This record gives sequence, C-alpha cells and structure tokens, in this order.
Amino acid sequence: MINIYINGQQRSILPGKTILEACKESGIHIPTFCYDERLKPEGSCRICVVELEDSHKLLPACTTEIAPEMRIATHSPLVMRMRKHLLEIMLSNHDISCLKCERAGNCLLQDYAYEYDVDIEKYRGRTRESAYLAENKFFELDQSKCISCGKCARICSQLQGNNVWAISNRGFETEVSTPFGIDMEEAGCVHCGNCVSICPVGALKPKKEHKFRAWEINEIQTTCSYCGVGCQMYLQVKDDKVVGVKPAYGKSNEGLLCVKGKFAFDFINHPQRLTTPLLRLADGELHSVSWEEALQLIADKTQEIKNTYGADAIMGLSSARVTNEENYLFMKYMRAVIGTNNLDHCARL
Amino acid sequence: MRDVKSGCTRVLVCAGTCCVSGKAFVIIENFEKELAAAGILDIKVVKTGCFGLCSEGPIVLTQPDDYFYAKVSPQDVKEIVEEHFMQGRPVQRLLYKDASNGEALSLLEADFYKKQHKVALARCGVIDPEKIDDFIEQDGFKALEKALLTMTPGQVVEEIKNSGLRGRGGAGFPSGKKWEFTKNAAGEKKYVVCNGDEGDPGAFMDESILEGDPLSVVEAMAIAGYAIGANEGYIYVRAEYPLAIHRLKIALAQAKERGFLGKNILNSGFDFELSIRYGAGAFVCGEETALISSIEGRKGTPQLRPPYPAVKGLFGCPTLINNVETYANIGKIIMMGAEWFKAMGTAGSPGTKVFALAGNVKNIGLVEVPMGITLREIVYDIGQGIPDGRSFKAAQTGGPSGGCIPIEYIDTPIDYESLGEIGSMMGSGGLIVMDDSKCMVGIAKFFMQFMVEESCGKCAPCRLGLVRIYEALARITDGNGTMEDLQELEELAEMVSSLSFCALGQSAPNPLKTTLRYFKDEYLAHINEKRCPAGECEKLLNYEITSLCIGCRKCLKACPAAAIIGKVKEQHVIDKTKCIKCGACIESCAVKAIIRA
Repeated sequence: MINIYINGQQRSILPGKTILEACKESGIHIPTFCYDERLKPEGSCRICVVELEDSHKLLPACTTEIAPEMRIATHSPLVMRMRKHLLEIMLSNHDISCLKCERAGNCLLQDYAYEYDVDIEKYRGRTRESAYLAENKFFELDQSKCISCGKCARICSQLQGNNVWAISNRGFETEVSTPFGIDMEEAGCVHCGNCVSICPVGALKPKKEHKFRAWEINEIQTTCSYCGVGCQMYLQVKDDKVVGVKPAYGKSNEGLLCVKGKFAFDFINHPQRLTTPLLRLADGELHSVSWEEALQLIADKTQEIKNTYGADAIMGLSSARVTNEENYLFMKYMRAVIGTNNLDHCARL
Repeated sequence: MRDVKSGCTRVLVCAGTCCVSGKAFVIIENFEKELAAAGILDIKVVKTGCFGLCSEGPIVLTQPDDYFYAKVSPQDVKEIVEEHFMQGRPVQRLLYKDASNGEALSLLEADFYKKQHKVALARCGVIDPEKIDDFIEQDGFKALEKALLTMTPGQVVEEIKNSGLRGRGGAGFPSGKKWEFTKNAAGEKKYVVCNGDEGDPGAFMDESILEGDPLSVVEAMAIAGYAIGANEGYIYVRAEYPLAIHRLKIALAQAKERGFLGKNILNSGFDFELSIRYGAGAFVCGEETALISSIEGRKGTPQLRPPYPAVKGLFGCPTLINNVETYANIGKIIMMGAEWFKAMGTAGSPGTKVFALAGNVKNIGLVEVPMGITLREIVYDIGQGIPDGRSFKAAQTGGPSGGCIPIEYIDTPIDYESLGEIGSMMGSGGLIVMDDSKCMVGIAKFFMQFMVEESCGKCAPCRLGLVRIYEALARITDGNGTMEDLQELEELAEMVSSLSFCALGQSAPNPLKTTLRYFKDEYLAHINEKRCPAGECEKLLNYEITSLCIGCRKCLKACPAAAIIGKVKEQHVIDKTKCIKCGACIESCAVKAIIRA
C-alpha cells in the first residue's frame, strides 16, 4: 500500500492504481466521458483532470498512476475552472435541444453542465457538419449530439470484437462512422447495441416504439431469457409495459448484451403472443385450455406411446432458452421417468 | 583540349529544394554540356546539398579558386564557362557581393556564414549526396567503424550521454538518456526510428540534411542500432520531400552495396537493415507515438505515455526515436568525442542548432549556429537585418506552436531553457522574423489556423478549443471583437495548453499567449478603436481621399465596387458603405492622394 493525499485526506492505496481508481475507492466522484472500467483507458476527453498540489500540474485521473506521497486536489478552483471551460466548449459543438432529447435526465453532459454551473452559450462558433448516417434497423446515430468520446468504437473493438466503428476525419471534423463510411452490415455490425448502451449522451439511441425519459420508468433487474448465458439486464418499464432494456453488470455479461437481449423485447406486449396452451379439438381449430388440461394430455399420450412402442420410441429435445437447472431436470425426466437416452439440445446443432 | 586559365577544378552547384526550383538541375546539365563542348575534361561538376543561403539561389561555387556565384540562371552558364574557366575572368556581375561596399566575397567571407558553425550540416553543400564515395572521402562511416570495431555498445551510449546532446526535434530531451533507456529495456527485438516528419511551415532543416548528406543519418542509425541492440530501423520521412526520399533511396542502396548496411557490417558481426516509410503530411505525426502509429499502418494519433517508446514502441518493441538533425550530430560526436561537442554551445544546451531563417530578413536560408548565440546575432549579423528600411518587431521560434519574441528579448541566448522562459520554445528550428508591417493579432490567427487544420481530433480541448480560439481571433481582426473575446482567449489558451493530450495541443496556444503577453496593445486597438496598428487587417482599414486629389477620375475607374464618386477636377470621395477595401484606388492614384489608415 502506498500513501497518498486526496483533498488533504491521507489514503492508503494499492500501488498500480490510477488516480481515478483511488478516488473511486475513497468515495470521491470525478467526472468522466471517455472512461469505462472495462475498456483500456484512452485519456482523450480530459474532463477527469485533477491538480497535483505541489506542482499545480493538471493530470488526467484516468490514465495517471498514483505515486507515493502524491497530493491530489480533485475539485480545486483551478480544476473546477478548467472542467467548466472544457464543458462549455463541448456544449458549443453540441445540439443543446435537451428539452426534446430522450436522454434528458440520463446524460452525462447534462449532469456535468449542471454540476459545474456552465454558461451554456458562452462560446459561439461553427458546429461540426457530419455526413455519416448509421443506417440500420435497431438504432440511430445523431451526430449533432456526439461528443467524440469514442467509447462506442472502443467497446465494439475491445469487448464485442467487431470493429464496426471508426473515428474518422481529423481535428474539428472528427466523427464516428464505419470505416470509410461503408454500410453497417458490410462493416460487420451484429446490432448488439453495446455502443448504444455505453453512449454517455444522446448520440446513439435505440429506434423504438415507445417514448420515455429517465424519470418515467422503473428499472427491474432480471435474467435474459434468450439463452443459457444468464445475462443480467434491467427491463425499463413505463405504465406496466416494457419499453426498453439496459444491460446490468452481471457476472456473466458485465454490462454487455446481444441483439436479442438488447432489442428483442417487443414480443412481451405483442397481441399475437401465446399466453395459454392451445389444444386442437375435433373441430380442427386451436382452443385455449388450462395448463392442467394440456399437461394431462401430454402425460397420457406419452404413457400410451411408451406402453405400445417402448421408451425408445420417444425423444426429448431441450431448448437453449431455459436455464441449466431446467435442462438438467428435463434430462432426468427423459432418462429416469421415460427411460430413454434419446435426448438432445438445440445448442448442440 | 582547350587551355583552362582559371584555377577551378570543381564546380559545385547547390541542388537543395530551393535551388532546384530555381532550375539548378538545368544549370548542372548546362555546365556539363558547355564543358564538354569546350573540351574541358578536368573540371568536375558536383551536385551538392543545400548551401544555406537560399535567398541568393541558385548558388554555384568554384573550387579551389573559391568564387561564389549567386542567383545564377541556366543562361549564365555559358558565360561562366567561357569567361571564368577559359579566360580566367570570373563573371563579376554574378558574384555574390558585400552589401555595404559591393566587393565580391567568397563563401566563407560572407556575413551569412561568418558566425555559423557547421556540425550537422558539415557535408551539406560540400559533397554530392548521391555519391557514397564523396561521403567516405569526407570521413563518412569512420564513426561507424570506430563504434563497431573499438567500442562496446555501452561505451557508445556513454559517449552520447556525456556529450549532453539534446533531441533536436523540439522537446530537447537528453538523447543519451533515450539511448540508455532503450538499451536497458527488456526485449529481443528492438527498433531504431528516424523522425523526418518535419511539419513546421517554413522549416527545412531535416529536409536539407536528408537531401545534402543522407548517409550521415544512415551511419548514425547504424551506430544507434549497435548501441541499443537493434538490427532494424525505419526512416519516417514526409512524402512531400520527394528529393530527400530519392536521395535516401540512393543512399540506402549504396550503403547496402558497400556493406555499411546488411549482414556482418565491417566484419563486426553486427547486422543492420534500414527502410523508409512515408508520412502523409500530418503535422501530428512528428509526435513520436503518433509517428509509431503511422509506421504501424494506423491513423496517426498520439498514444498514451507511459509506456514510453523506449520501453514499448514500434510493434510493441523497445524503440529509439531521434530526429534527423539529432542523428546528423552522432557521427561527429563518436569521432571527435563528447568533450569536443560540449565545448560548443552552452552548459545546458551543448552543440549547435540548425535554424531555418525566414520572414522579413535580408538573408533567408539555413543556418547552423552554436547554442547560446543571441537572436540579435542571428537576425542582424547572419540575417543582415530587416529589409526595406523597416524595423524588427518580433521573431517566432519553434514553428507554428512557438512563441513570438519581441524586441525586448532580442538579446536572449538561444537555448532550450532561455526560450522556454520567455514563452517560446526551441522547437525543431523554425525562425521567422517579422517587421513592423506585421499585425500580431493576424500572426496569432495565422498560426492558429494551421493548428486547427493539424489537430488530430483525439482530445476535446485541442479539437474544439483551437477552433474557438481561431474564431475569436477572426472576430477581432474583422473588427467585431469585444473585451469578452479577449477574456475568452485568455481562458481558452490556458485550458487548451493545460488539458491537451499531447505536445501539439499543449503548445498550440503559444503564439496567442506570447502575442497577448507582449503585444496586448495591438489587441486592444483592434477591439476598442477598430484599428489595426500595423495596417494589415483589411476589414479594419479605411481608405480616404485627401485634398491632394486632382480629380483625374483614375481611381473612380479603377474601383471595382463603384465606391468612388466625384466630378472631373474636383476632389473625389469614397463611399465607405460600398468600399471593399481592395486597395485598387491607391495603386491607380498618380498623385498619392489616397491614404489607408
């Protein structure tokens, strides 16, 4: 452990940690845009600068390792002033239509603008003109809101492994696009939406049926039901309807989701969704029946087949959409109750 | 064979980029043709690198009789051959002459060269850069031989360390330390890289070395490879230097053919290979981590340090990166020793520095001076002062992100620390002199525009801040500036320099900061009085017709905006709402009745 001082308070921190990590451990909040604990630090947004009390040097907290006896000021007048001006120039190239932005209330730029008491229209001047449109079925890119933090590109290359996004152009015209502006499909996009989830502002957002804002929804943690990985996620619920999905930091997914978990939730409220078992009766039509009736029919038919043709005339096929435990029980049922080894699972195909 | 009356056996023609654009290649061709036609076989025409005095180019020197011809055109060649070489009568009208008394001077007698001391440029303008034998004749590869055969790698590093040589690319980091770090870094594979991405507008130090003495860099890189344990190197040179690339290619091929590159160099058991990589013209690629990204085939953006390239650089291996001029000093240091090198310059900044002297100064060109020389000596002794009867206003050192030094500091010694103290920097060696006709707000705006274009866009302060600075400066020079703009400029300058990711952004506000510091009254005049004291900001100029007007209607006809009204033989008037401030009226007026203020 090494000794450092954060805002005058002595702290013992493990060597090798960054200033940002040390501050987090000490319960001190430092603003960040381009930082994400899952990604390699980039140090490009510069909002996390802190002051070294001895030299008055400003250093980015996310990329600077702590050193013994370091004296760090996280909110000194100099730091506050620099962060404020930085936010002000960021806002000067940002569409400030927060009144109609769906990320209002859930936007880092908005949060910090409030926290640092910025003068929203202090710096005037031209704004970036972006030509690239991310055309795809699942999400959209509003370049006028993009702050070029690059997290979308980095999560895509470092965690998703698809390298769809490129930070193209230079200088003021820097923008997010696919390499050379090719189609998203061609660029290898699998629409996992992890770039959408990580975007700190209103630049990348899902295309959706229901409008909602942060304060209108409840977030309910659950396990994704699409496969056996067990990704944790929050269902965003407005007026008792699921209107969106946000990844949660579960052990197995660490804040990532796939296209199904992130975007494929509309079936929940779909009018054609099956909500009871259906049984085809003598009239040739499907009729809604109770679970008791349906299960009884399955049990009777299974018994009948087993008695007539033997257990090996029956095969069981299990689904990836159920849990490991349920799959285990199904296996036991087939082998011990039915008495056959004719058993398979869709994920094996 | 005709009788040769002059004592000339070699005629040296400068073939640096400036002189080439002045048709040096045609001059060389003509010399060869004329000499052959005259049957003169014992005068050798040598195509050399840059002599330095670019404003007098194309330059031709004769040796050993030592005549210095300036501003030679291809048509002059015949006369030089017939009069000088055949009749022994040097062509007086073409000889370089002393500005004060009109006497013809030899190269070394010229004021431009008197205070210079050539180390890095020693062979430039002396040898034919495309002939390895010329290089070898001038002690070329002796340093490599000495290092490989008589010194251990540790001794080589120690020698460079003791010399106190500091990186000539801009930051001035002690080169020996860099060599030591890379030598000590763990790793089987290591690289040596040469930074030839000279991006400062108006700077051509590295270009001249690569064009005039490319093998000095090749030799130094091989020495560096031996010292740090690398067998492979890259020379990163900007693609805008076609002549330098051409000569480098020849140099590499010749060095390989003679066994100075390749396997088992000089039977020492040491192998070293070099190849060239081209930069695509991004200023930021002069930053070492951006340069490495570029060589690796990625976008040239700076990367996080640490780890420094010495530990983890090119392709993840320990990498030594030095600038062209730094390498050009290595051979001499190995040959002459650290003590010899330290005897030049100052204690903190030993050796010499090459500057590209440009702007409002009589002698424009490339100069190599001992560190510690004052700005005054460079401007007035070497540069011969300000032309057109104007006076010195400021000098910009360190390229577009250097600072503007006012007359008060003209006696500042040129070394890394002294320049830093007055808000400027050594940089790679650009030196632009400005006379009193230059508007300092306009200068700051000019450099800011360059930095806006060259920002890579990685970090927010540089990407956005520089544009806002440029816009505020443009408002001021357009006459729309306010005191709030001035306040904003101060804030943004501080923010961009203290928050930016790399040295480009950190130093980009320097021209703004120094002009605000030393020429604030000019900013105030633009803002409060809507006046440009230097008379350069077009939108702030007012044209007026004085009572000297004779009513000749010339200006009225010359005005493209029909802004001048008046009757014949009566004083004309300019309608300021229509005037586009083009200045056509002033040029047309025969009696100088129109003033611009």
